[in-house]
Amino acid sequence: MAETYIAKSTAIAARILGGEMMIMSATDSTFFTLNEVATVIWQSADGRTPLSEIVERRICEEYEIEPEVARRDAQEFVDALSQHGILLVSDRPILDSTAKGMEAQ
Amino acid sequence: MTLLGEMNEKAHALGIPLSVHIDVTYRCNERCVHCYLEHDDKGEMTTQEIKDVLDQLAEAGVFFLVFSGGEVFMRRDFLELVEYARKLLFNVKVKTNGVMIHKAEAGRLRELGVEQVQLSVYSHRPEVHDAITKLPGSLKRTVDSIKFLKSQGLKVTLSNVLMTVNRGDERGTRALAKELGVAYTLDPTVTPKMDGDMSILSLRVDEENLDELFQDDELVGDVEEYCKPPAPVDEDVMEGYSCSAGHTACYISPYGDVFPCVQFPLPTGNVRRQKFSDIWYRSPQMNEVRSIKVKDLTVCSSCSHAGSCTRCPGLAYMEGSMRGPSTSDCLKSYHRTGIPSANMLRKAQMASSGPLVQILPMVV
Repeated sequence: MAETYIAKSTAIAARILGGEMMIMSATDSTFFTLNEVATVIWQSADGRTPLSEIVERRICEEYEIEPEVARRDAQEFVDALSQHGILLVSDRPILDSTAKGMEAQ
Repeated sequence: MTLLGEMNEKAHALGIPLSVHIDVTYRCNERCVHCYLEHDDKGEMTTQEIKDVLDQLAEAGVFFLVFSGGEVFMRRDFLELVEYARKLLFNVKVKTNGVMIHKAEAGRLRELGVEQVQLSVYSHRPEVHDAITKLPGSLKRTVDSIKFLKSQGLKVTLSNVLMTVNRGDERGTRALAKELGVAYTLDPTVTPKMDGDMSILSLRVDEENLDELFQDDELVGDVEEYCKPPAPVDEDVMEGYSCSAGHTACYISPYGDVFPCVQFPLPTGNVRRQKFSDIWYRSPQMNEVRSIKVKDLTVCSSCSHAGSCTRCPGLAYMEGSMRGPSTSDCLKSYHRTGIPSANMLRKAQMASSGPLVQILPMVV
């Protein structure tokens, strides 16, 4: 099965407020707050680490979540954020999220 | 409650400055008749100083950042500052007259992920707009700039200030915004100059103009709802605050001075000499501003509009007391609902009661 790589778009604003990550898309002004687990995925989205590895090492181990459940939830989260251009998704490592971020808009 | 509303409440509870407005320069290529600024450069912060401030703001939790002026593009490093701010992941809004924005600048603002650009337009007619800005050809240049920004897909707002000198053109200006496909905001507030000079207040529109505005559903939405009498004032209102200045928002001048708001010239510190967080959390002035609840207001606490008034503490401060009324907001509340404010009733009573000491001729 092909790997999924995720990277943060540059067309967003983000800040942690009281332990919660707030993200706003500059493209469509949609606004999100991420819970703790979603924040871990977001912060791990470096374009180089496969999503499966992020889920396994940062979610399953740290939060004791069943791998199947964690993978499904992570995929749903990635799909939702990528639809708003907030996360960039590819089956290959994403080396330049700046250029891709602009394309994603 | 919206997510944004929740975020504001959370920031308020945690004492976090969610929004900061920073003027990067007071220099300007226009000389608008209603402008409250003095345009000479009295020692603006350098590029590095502003970058240091931005680092501190990000660390303090600031999310919304407004770059304004003066005219922001009078600084040659402006786009460098925007780039730096975007790397720190601020939500960036730019206020400009657009005169120096061409295709390249518009494209760069888009590339940098600026969320919104707000441009000032005072009329759809060059003879009126250019007479206000005192820059011949400025309307055409600003409109061209709006087109460049729009073609890049940027969110653009056309911002108008209603004054005696352009009140007849308000509908035309609104139509221009519609034609350009951009949002439109209208503000009837003309503020005193920062040095206290009140002369530009003569540009404020007459009260009848406010009546017209508040009856215009395109501007206010549901007129009946907007103009309904104020709800009874309860405990929650009395324990609340009238504005975000000093609570979740503040303003930084090009010289590093920090104020509760751009419209609230109470000095609270300077980022050239102090850390931003020290000013935000420890300045006695900032703490005084945020200590004032509605129940502490000298006249407004007894006003039926206390829960719905747009009372600006900065305008009140310029009128004499940050705990006092802001007369222009009293007028807005009155013209919106037809119900006079406590401040208006007090003034009427004082005017009708005559002098305290009278000397009358004796009638024989």
